[in-house]
Amino acid sequence: MKLDRVLQYSQAYNFYQWVFKRHAPEPGVVFLTQRRVYILPTRHGLSFGASLILMLIGSINYNLSLGYVLTFLLAGLGVVSILHTFRNLVHLYVSAGRVAPVFAGDVAQFQIVFENRSDFERHSLELACGPARTSCGVPAHGHRVVVLPVKTVKRGWLQLERVTVDTRFPLGLMRAWSYVQPDMRALVYPRPDTAPLPVPEADSDTGDAVSTGAGTDDFMGLRPYQASDSPRHVAWKASARSEALLTKLFAGRAASELWFDWERLPAAMTTEARLSRLARWVLLAEERGLHYGLRLPGATVPLGEGFPHREHCLKELALFRG
Amino acid sequence: MADAKALGTLPRLPLAALITASALAVAPHALWLSPWFDVPAAALLAWCAANAIRGGSSPPPRWTLVALTLASTLGVFVFYHTILGRDAGVTLLLMLLFLKLLETRAPRDVFVVAFLVYFVALANFFFSQSIPIAGLMLVTVVVTTTALVGFSAPVRPIEENLKTAARMLAQAGPVMLLLFFLFPRVQGPLWGVPQDAYTGVTGLSETMKPGELNALALSDAIAFRVKFQTASPPRNRLYWRGPVMTDFDGQTWRVGLPQLRREMSIEASGPPIDYEVTLEPHNRNWMFALEMPVRLPEAARLTSEYLVISLAPIRSRIRYEMRSSPVFLARSGGNQRDLALALRLPPDVDPRARALARGWRESLRDDAAIVTRAVDFFRGNRFEYTLEPPKLGANSVDEFLFDTRQGFCEHFASSFVFLMRAAGVPARVVTGYQGGDTNPVDGYMVIRQADAHAWAEVWLEGSGWTRVDPTAAAIPIRVELGVTAAAPTEVPLLMRSGLDWLKGLRNNWDALTNQWNQWVLGYNPDRQREMLSRLGMKQPSWETMTLVLFWSVGSVLLLVALWLLRGMRREDPIQRAWLRFCDKLARAGLSRASAEGPLDYAGRVARRLPARENEVRAITALYVDQRYGPVADLESLARLKSLVRDFAP
Repeated sequence: MKLDRVLQYSQAYNFYQWVFKRHAPEPGVVFLTQRRVYILPTRHGLSFGASLILMLIGSINYNLSLGYVLTFLLAGLGVVSILHTFRNLVHLYVSAGRVAPVFAGDVAQFQIVFENRSDFERHSLELACGPARTSCGVPAHGHRVVVLPVKTVKRGWLQLERVTVDTRFPLGLMRAWSYVQPDMRALVYPRPDTAPLPVPEADSDTGDAVSTGAGTDDFMGLRPYQASDSPRHVAWKASARSEALLTKLFAGRAASELWFDWERLPAAMTTEARLSRLARWVLLAEERGLHYGLRLPGATVPLGEGFPHREHCLKELALFRG
Repeated sequence: MADAKALGTLPRLPLAALITASALAVAPHALWLSPWFDVPAAALLAWCAANAIRGGSSPPPRWTLVALTLASTLGVFVFYHTILGRDAGVTLLLMLLFLKLLETRAPRDVFVVAFLVYFVALANFFFSQSIPIAGLMLVTVVVTTTALVGFSAPVRPIEENLKTAARMLAQAGPVMLLLFFLFPRVQGPLWGVPQDAYTGVTGLSETMKPGELNALALSDAIAFRVKFQTASPPRNRLYWRGPVMTDFDGQTWRVGLPQLRREMSIEASGPPIDYEVTLEPHNRNWMFALEMPVRLPEAARLTSEYLVISLAPIRSRIRYEMRSSPVFLARSGGNQRDLALALRLPPDVDPRARALARGWRESLRDDAAIVTRAVDFFRGNRFEYTLEPPKLGANSVDEFLFDTRQGFCEHFASSFVFLMRAAGVPARVVTGYQGGDTNPVDGYMVIRQADAHAWAEVWLEGSGWTRVDPTAAAIPIRVELGVTAAAPTEVPLLMRSGLDWLKGLRNNWDALTNQWNQWVLGYNPDRQREMLSRLGMKQPSWETMTLVLFWSVGSVLLLVALWLLRGMRREDPIQRAWLRFCDKLARAGLSRASAEGPLDYAGRVARRLPARENEVRAITALYVDQRYGPVADLESLARLKSLVRDFAP
């Protein structure tokens, strides 16, 4: 009994390996050749066949010539539908599109690009990846971006699983399908926690004493715009008068050094809880336009602000390995 | 509740198409099923349509469906006293389709309905296989297919779906033709067919009661068609022999049991007539032939009454070759028992006719003279030919001969034979058809039910059974010009002469129908064997037919596939040449890494294969130029191709 199970499992594993090997993540554009499009009748196709057999028997029994005609016409239709269904899927070009980072627990929107270089439109392509499902058509000599919503669970990189592309067009009697696994992954940030805690105050050991650094409270002056500056600090009026963009400089207490430090968090917190907390602080700080940095064991993000900085911090959190 | 949720997912237009297809498939059934079912069927269909238009917001509750199912089954049972016969089965099938339409909610139901529509379409052919019905069913299939396409591509406009459906059916057409002609045919039935399978076919019957045949005479349905190989005889010689009636009970003539005898002979003289008959099914054994048949088709036998019969009832259209001789002596079938049977009369009826016949017998000794006298009697008295004669009472022969004197061939034949028997001359009634119209379009002679006729046969020493047609004596025009001329206002509209344009139209239609019958409906195992051997297949066996079928259907499908995939853009030639180059290198163990650009790859290859460096560099340069450069010219492409072809790592 046990042995059977093991064997079964191993065979299943072999099969999985075989399938997986053939459909390992494929970089670049995937071309659906004839060889990787499979086709089989659907349940309805099988009952269609059974109906035809009944009709044929009836025609023979009652010598119905037109019964033969009808039966054979439908049989021809069924056979031709194999070709049509196959044609609806084969020779498509599939490539990875973009996927925006999301927070764990949210839905990652994987964009998959279908390109159709043939002279006819493709209809009703169904995409399935686990429980995620979507459908689309692709116009002749055109392309279509399909969004496959995949629910995320864990932070880190989320590799897109193997996607089944199938179609039952035009009659629903046949199902042609193919497996593609575009090489694409979504960055999943830790889910920010919801604890009612404020952003930590500035470091106590640096504090007010070093009040010369840049902050956000008091206007200090202007300097030329740098790519990493937050747009909300651009001095638009002053810039309009001068040749180049200018950034407003501020000084203040909070601006001193707002460091989000892994080590400062309560020792009882787990890794994930810490990451969630830090993620929330990053979000809050960015929302308020603060100047902040991140210190993790083995990684430090220097002080900064603006959207790229936020992304940088979150990415560090997402990919953190304890 | 899950049902209600799924309901919204069925797209509206395809559903409408499916209901239309159902209506189309069901409509002709109104012609042949009892009107008792028309009204509930129409009501159910209307309900389905209303349901669909409202978006099926309120599907009928389960118990309604169950109640309807029970009610319709009960209705069928009460009406037909069975639920197994052909008509009962078809009625139930229709009810099933309607009920399924009513509860259609999920995509799964759609397929069930579509398949039921196909079955209902097929069921139409039990009743009629005419061209209009075939056309209507083709439309039904197109609409059903459109609906199926619509369900699998709901956002597409319906015209596009219709186009796809039509295109697919057009591609299925050749496959259908091949299957139709090459699929090894088996002569049905495979098992006993229900008793009522062949009701509703018209034709002569085993009994003749004067006054009954006229229902047949009003039908312009075709009895059979004839193609003469030799010149066709004149119209008044066209006597198509059918069942012979010997028993008479005073009201009704009946056929005797057919007897097959070895010593049947016909002494023919004069040139024979060769012809081919295409007989419509009439569910009896007899086959029609010109008097008298001298050579029979293989599966036919001649009875002691010179009637050609087939061994099984004719339930599908058949075709047979015949040879007849118009001048003959039929001296068989006249032994003592036969003649005694041909003299029997019921006692105590028709005293006046008996008295008349006795008078002839007393004054004339010779049988032939009595016959002549009787014919003169019919010729001399003013008899009137009508298809709507007055009703006759118990002494039908007396009343006809002396009182009403209005009737048609049955009355004449019946009373003539009565007179002969009363006078002691053996006689019997022969029914069949007389005449026939040649269709100028295709040269086939068409014999309709309205050409049904009855005449008499008397036994004369020396010449045997001799035909006497009292109708011809009384009303010569019936035999010379046909029933149309004899009773001009009573025959079916299409058979009346005078409406020339109508006749031309009918002739064309008949010719088309004839071709349809010959090639589509009459295509049976025999015809298949005949066609295949004409195509050069000697002794076409089951296996060779299957093989031929397989290969021919396969090649047709290949053609369709090529046609379908013609729009596929192939890799461009530059890329193909480059890939071929990469393949050659890969076989030499230098496959390109997936992230390696052409120039890097060329560099790596050149280091590993210094002897081939020049070629590799040249090929790569050409490829890069062509692929990524501003213009690709044909000359460079040709050079790239030849370089790649000659390249060997």
